[in-house]
Amino acid sequence: MNSLDLSSATAAQLISALQAGTISSLELTQAYLQRIEKFNPAVNAVVTIDHEGALASAAAADQARAKGAEGPLTGVPLLHKDIFCTAGVRTTCASKMLANFEPPYNATVVEKLNAAGVVTLGKTNMDEFAMGSSNETSYFGPSFNPWDLKRVPGGSSGGSAAAVAAGLAPLSTGTDTGGSIRQPASLCGITGFKPTYGRISRFGIIAFASSLDQAGPMTRTVEDAALMLSAMCGLDANDSTSADVPVPNFQTALNGDIKGLRIGLPKEYFSDMLNADVATSIHAALKELEAEGAILVDVDLPHTRQGIATYYVIAPAEASANLARYDGVRFGHRCDNPTDLMDLYARSRSEGFGGEVQRRILVGTYALSAGFYDAYFKKAQQVRRIISEDFKKAFEVCDLIAGPSAPNVAFPVGAKNDDPIAMYMEDVYTLSVNLAGLPGLSVPAGLINDLPIGLQLIGRPFDEETVLRAGHRLQLRTDHHLKTPQLGADQS
Amino acid sequence: MSWETVMGLEVHLQLATASKIFSGAANKFGADPNSQACAVDLGMPGMLPVLNEQAVRYAVMFGLGIDARIGKRSIFDRKNYFYPDLPKGYQVSQFFEPIVCEGVFQVPLSDGSLFSIRITRAHLEEDAGKSVHDRFPGQTGVDLNRAGTPLLEIVTEPDFRTAEQAVAYLKALHSLVTYLGISDGNMAEGSMRCDINLSLRPTGSDSYGTRTEIKNVNSFRFVEKAIAAETARQQELLEDGVSIVQETRLYDADRDETRSMRSKEVANDYRYFPEPDLLPIVLTDDYIDSVRQALPELPAAKRERFIAQYQLSDYDAALLVSSPDMAAYFEKAVTLCDEPKAIANWMLGDLSAALNKEGIPVSQSPVEPQNLAGLVARITDGTLSSKLGKQVFEALWQGEGSADQIIEARGLRQVSDTGALEKLVADVMSENQDQVAQYRAADSSKQKKLIGFFVGQIMKASKGQANPQLINKILTEALDSD
Repeated sequence: MNSLDLSSATAAQLISALQAGTISSLELTQAYLQRIEKFNPAVNAVVTIDHEGALASAAAADQARAKGAEGPLTGVPLLHKDIFCTAGVRTTCASKMLANFEPPYNATVVEKLNAAGVVTLGKTNMDEFAMGSSNETSYFGPSFNPWDLKRVPGGSSGGSAAAVAAGLAPLSTGTDTGGSIRQPASLCGITGFKPTYGRISRFGIIAFASSLDQAGPMTRTVEDAALMLSAMCGLDANDSTSADVPVPNFQTALNGDIKGLRIGLPKEYFSDMLNADVATSIHAALKELEAEGAILVDVDLPHTRQGIATYYVIAPAEASANLARYDGVRFGHRCDNPTDLMDLYARSRSEGFGGEVQRRILVGTYALSAGFYDAYFKKAQQVRRIISEDFKKAFEVCDLIAGPSAPNVAFPVGAKNDDPIAMYMEDVYTLSVNLAGLPGLSVPAGLINDLPIGLQLIGRPFDEETVLRAGHRLQLRTDHHLKTPQLGADQS
Repeated sequence: MSWETVMGLEVHLQLATASKIFSGAANKFGADPNSQACAVDLGMPGMLPVLNEQAVRYAVMFGLGIDARIGKRSIFDRKNYFYPDLPKGYQVSQFFEPIVCEGVFQVPLSDGSLFSIRITRAHLEEDAGKSVHDRFPGQTGVDLNRAGTPLLEIVTEPDFRTAEQAVAYLKALHSLVTYLGISDGNMAEGSMRCDINLSLRPTGSDSYGTRTEIKNVNSFRFVEKAIAAETARQQELLEDGVSIVQETRLYDADRDETRSMRSKEVANDYRYFPEPDLLPIVLTDDYIDSVRQALPELPAAKRERFIAQYQLSDYDAALLVSSPDMAAYFEKAVTLCDEPKAIANWMLGDLSAALNKEGIPVSQSPVEPQNLAGLVARITDGTLSSKLGKQVFEALWQGEGSADQIIEARGLRQVSDTGALEKLVADVMSENQDQVAQYRAADSSKQKKLIGFFVGQIMKASKGQANPQLINKILTEALDSD
């Protein structure tokens, strides 16, 4: 135990310790639960702690290991974003609407990670229904950035990113619809990976925008991300959009070099909009990759700006339908004493949904309305295809695309609350990756005034291996990912 | 002014798949409320639809059954509206690209002639649940057993001019889908529901008037009555110079009238958009061919074959093929007794009457094909007179055994023994000396009447068992010889 510093421990280190028998899963789990108890009040990254369940699975994990029946992640603690349905454990999507919702089923991701042996500590904070880039739209209040508790951790998987950064768990799950894994990973200085759309089943993940949503790992290292990804993905008969493609061994994909790998730099990602300090960090990280033998080439992604408008038509349109089921009839929040059916609908939804969720439902409903469909939704679908084509063309001259994960470091809580457009700009580098369904990784690329910033690596469809390998090479050369924030009473 | 009624029909057909269209829950009618709805049907958070391949196959079977173009790439769309029995707040349907495109359906009318209806499209969708308004005073219950039942919505062009055509189409559709085995087509249980789009125009005009839509008419008879009622209503308004309001109406069978649904319920903007949770349905030619190969013989082809193979009339053939069970019954009986016309007559006469009276389908007939074949065989070979045949049929219906057993047990065998018949003839002639004398004095036309008298007396004396052909022969010889 003494040799393990949980504020910075990786899953790979914990697995070694568990294998060596220097620590049990029960001890490890208790230690993380204590860290959550101690630090979560300040970070507010965890919204539900499952003490009993965690201790029971830890005990079971120790037994399995004793019998030699362990899986790849047996006994390793993990937190799930509160968008993954967990049987018998409250799953809220950080919304008043689902504040008391206990699903009777597990998401496929939860099932798979359970099968791999993880110990689930609880559920993490997030933007309500994953709508937001700062974790400020949560019904449970914002989560705070462990690097500076006055700043946001990013979003929507802000709680998951903050939890890993604060050492409340070595691993957490996230979902990414327009940048919701990569942007908070960038702002919290951790590794976050959104794989190709279809790589991981969406079954049991509460839907925001079905054609864009994709789950992924949030970890300290690329090595851990590969480990976790292997356990999470695969064809699922319950999700028609899950891809019937072979699942490679992502850990062995980390081996090997990146000599001759062509990394494309879209000039649109390095425009004036990009903070100069961020640009410096990103270029420094790219230099490291160059030193590993990668070749930097210029590429064009000419419709990057249109990506924002496209995304903010398609995502709200799909959300407006996905969130129609929260009507106060069968589950979720119901208003008191409805006078009639319309009153039941109107008040249950007005009371149950926060402002940003309502804004997006309204935008989406408008975009699909008679007379506007062609001008908005259909046009957005056309632009979405053009954006995919841009990436396809770029990948003719490069093997990876690199750029910043976010335009800036973490901003102060409240700074963008009155300006939804400024908030939406947070995802300018990430959301066209969702529109094209590509894999995108954010890895720490250094600190600017003690605030982290991430490098984004984007791959061809289903070429997670190249993305992970490049990220791993960077982490072998640099120590950005090893840096941890100093939390108040941390060194105890 | 005389008016022409113009109608197009939309039929919602529940497909008889084992499970629902997007979930593994059972697809059965009549279970306890909410006992056949799983998390997917309830629209629980995180649940996703998975398309039932059987529903796709059934839709393709239907398309091939009406010679329609099959959409090789069709997509699902979300139709958005709020209602308590619509769990997700949207219905998954096919709006932009349906699985069955334009086709033509040949409908036999009651006179045996054929009438063509153009099918616009048929698309797959999920049924909604049911709101139960009459069970909890002051409250509405929701039963989601029906939610997710696969539906095929079949839309026609405005090709109907009379209620008779509309009903004939629905009957032919019912017949087709039961042949295909894709639906039980039971209107009373809601597995086949009909919406009628109806407008009037001056006879001879080729433009369309404003139409109304009569929703969810649930029997052939109500379709006929709803059309009559709505036609009369529109005609009255038009003749008073009042224009028709385009709206959705309901047929109230108790009052035999249509009435407007509140416009609030129908003024919806459904905001259709492609369902992102499902992939497009892509059908290969090989798949479509394999479905075609596996199609059963359909009513139209069977009708033609019956006419050619069994020398049946158009009318009889149309009636016999109206249900697959009826046609199968007929063909089984014919293989046992090669008298198609006689078997058809018995089936469309006494058998149908008895089935209708008891309200049971031919599949549950107590008189099985071999029983009817046995009966017809005995009439054909002269063992039984046609008149006594009816008595034997009734006994068969009561389950008294085979035709032979009944004939034996009741002693109904026709007397064809010449000696016995000669004695009967002699007895009757000696008992009716006067008539014999009259006969011999009469001309040939009067003689025929008197023959009838003698036959009647002989049949009476033989309790109907005397072979009428032999009696005729023996009697004429006896009367003419002395």
